[in-house]
Amino acid sequence: MLNTRTLVGSIALALSAAAPLQADTLRLAIMGEPASLDPHKISGTWENDVVGDLFEGLVTEAADGSRIPGVAESWEVSADGTVYTFTLRDDAKWSDGEPVTADDFVFAFQRILAPATAANYAYLLYPVKNAEAVYAGDAETSTLGIEALDATTLQITLERSTPYFLDQLSHYTAYPLPSHTVETYGNDWSQPDNMVSNGAFQLDEWQSQTRITASRNPYFHDVDNVALEEVVYYPIEERNTALNRFRAGEIDIAREFPTQRYDWLMDNLPEAVQVAPYLGIYYYAFNTRNGHPTADPRVREALSLAVRREVITDQILGTGEVPAYSFVPPNVSHYEAPTLSFAELSQDERLERARDLLQEAGYGPDNPLELMLRYNTSEDHRKVAIALAAMWKPLGVEVDLFNSEVAVHYSDIRQGDFDVARAGWIGDYNDAQNFLSLLESNVANNYGAYSSAEFDALMSEAANTQDMDARAELMAEAEAIALEDSATLPIYYYVSRNLVSPDLEGWETNIEDIHRSRWIHFDN
Amino acid sequence: MLSYTLKRLLQAIPTLWIVITLSFFLMHLAPGGPFDGERQLPPEIEANLLASYGLDKPVWAQYFTYMGNLLQGDLGPSFKYKDFSVTELVAQGFPVSLELGMWAIGLALLVGIPMGVIAALKRNSTVDYMVMGTALAGVAIPNFVIAPLLALVFGVFLAWLPVGGWNDGHWKNMILPVVALSIQQIAYIARMMRASMIEVLGSHFVRTARAKGLSEIAVIFRHALRPAMLPVISYLGPAIAGIITGSVVIEQIFGIPGIGRYFVQAALNRDYTLVMGTVVFYGALIVLFNLIVDLLYSALDPQIRYDNE
Repeated sequence: MLNTRTLVGSIALALSAAAPLQADTLRLAIMGEPASLDPHKISGTWENDVVGDLFEGLVTEAADGSRIPGVAESWEVSADGTVYTFTLRDDAKWSDGEPVTADDFVFAFQRILAPATAANYAYLLYPVKNAEAVYAGDAETSTLGIEALDATTLQITLERSTPYFLDQLSHYTAYPLPSHTVETYGNDWSQPDNMVSNGAFQLDEWQSQTRITASRNPYFHDVDNVALEEVVYYPIEERNTALNRFRAGEIDIAREFPTQRYDWLMDNLPEAVQVAPYLGIYYYAFNTRNGHPTADPRVREALSLAVRREVITDQILGTGEVPAYSFVPPNVSHYEAPTLSFAELSQDERLERARDLLQEAGYGPDNPLELMLRYNTSEDHRKVAIALAAMWKPLGVEVDLFNSEVAVHYSDIRQGDFDVARAGWIGDYNDAQNFLSLLESNVANNYGAYSSAEFDALMSEAANTQDMDARAELMAEAEAIALEDSATLPIYYYVSRNLVSPDLEGWETNIEDIHRSRWIHFDN
Repeated sequence: MLSYTLKRLLQAIPTLWIVITLSFFLMHLAPGGPFDGERQLPPEIEANLLASYGLDKPVWAQYFTYMGNLLQGDLGPSFKYKDFSVTELVAQGFPVSLELGMWAIGLALLVGIPMGVIAALKRNSTVDYMVMGTALAGVAIPNFVIAPLLALVFGVFLAWLPVGGWNDGHWKNMILPVVALSIQQIAYIARMMRASMIEVLGSHFVRTARAKGLSEIAVIFRHALRPAMLPVISYLGPAIAGIITGSVVIEQIFGIPGIGRYFVQAALNRDYTLVMGTVVFYGALIVLFNLIVDLLYSALDPQIRYDNE
């Protein structure tokens, strides 16, 4: 009898020991394995989740995503908006106790712009004076517009006034690096044994494809307000697995859930579902190059008119996506997007107008419009593509659907091998310029090669305008032109989808879907 | 035996070379590159990235560089996982896949062989139909259905076992993936075992053994089992190589840090060095296990001897 009880007891003990669960440990499912934890070698949102807890820039994100002072205590901006002088807080420290100095920022900026670092995202710092020239090797590194005036005073000079620059300083491309350890360890500085960081948490362990563990950084300047002792990040690519592990109580936050399970979640775990507008647009590019039917603006408008966006968002996707009648998503800071002129028309009126336009353009029953539609592999993309083809059918449009995996898709549409093609854009920073610049002539991500001299002129004028309201108006004028030209086919605005345990507090939805663990705590 | 083994190993070199060469050029023929994605990089950034990975050179030059490095045992850096070399990724992932795969194969043999034998002995009885019906279901239901079902039932509803994760190979984390991985193998092995057992039981030497008056147990264990296992053994070569290099589906669903996931992911990411690394590794393993199986064959079947060749 005693033996049985001992056995039962030891099994119970083994079971409880196998699942260490402390209320001050946050278990977070991130949507992929980080390529690196070096802020200069990453480009994914899941990497941002980890690296953003480990590091802090001059400016940082509050719980609601708004920008607050980080390492910089205060700053002054010159009258022409090109020179920023930051005063660093004197209690900013690396996790080994060394002070974070202005030189650490200079070091980091110079490193990310050095071609040898091969940083994907180096171009986000191009607003800094001479950054592009330094990257291209046309200017000396020392000419880069960043200078340490003394240990706690940093001056950054820009090419020209860039209103979103302060926001961008919270991005990982603008984090300081611990120059003292990078110089010692070289590229191995970001390995768990070597890494020191200046954020609320410090790296303890990284088991590739398994978990990353970070603990509270005792040297963090606001450590007294950090409730969590430890954060464990589990890379889980499979969204259903993340959902199951959330349901089993193995994780506290899942940074994404499968769209098909939305209804089930709303019925069963409504208090855990966090869906919010996200800084992104799902659209189709029209190929405006000569020789494509979509080079004709009437054809583009007709196609856009016939798309019933509400059907796509409500019936086909149904996870809170918002129908899009503009290219720049709503809630972008300091911007009011114009809307497509036909937004107010009824569906019948839209279809009628679409028919007239196609007829004008020379298409009809004898000469049907034939389109090649490309989309990249995904269940949702497929559904939307099929829906578009069905919605265009009443206009007599014949659509050939081409599906390919993502690398092939983008390499093909960049070569212009399509009439209409699925695309999407998630803002790099919360500013309308980041979206509208996709429609400027000859830029890399302008898949459809849309080109309007008027649009370009307004965008360039906006770039040289310091007054935020005037700048917003110029950009809105530019967007109105692009909408009038049906430069693209906006379909819906993205939403962020998180599962957050109801036991947690401090989670606030925000348009950039940025959530730093320092603000989160367990509800006791 | 030794000369045969050596000969086979030498033969493997041109085989592997052909596999590597074909894969290398096919991979570069595939449209899209490692830096093609939703957002195109500014041209100077892309050019710099291509140059830093040597991708700006002609493909044949890249091929010779790759082969040169490979001969020195260097599989190159991963394009995607920038903090790791391909060798490190394989070295980290393989032990996990190996452990999982060995348990799964072990379980499959342990359950599949007796199932097949019992079904063969009770041929056309209810027991036979039940066993073979179960096996048929096991073959028919793909593991991407079984695995989430297991996770849902034992992980979420009953909460007996973790839904996912590896937890350094803790036995509780291993049960569900091992079972999910082995179900199909159990089914295959049971069906194969039943068929070959029935054939062996009808052969002359078994009849002779029975005529000698041996007990049924002795007939089966001493005489019938060994020859009946031959088809299973030859199936095991590729099966083991496949199962211990990981299952894409199982590793994804249970979040296991093996190398199975790299096979598909690396190809989709156009992570050229990682694609090649997994091809080289997998190719070498298949060659090795086929050799082991052939050697085992000769140990089990006295009619096959390699020394005479």
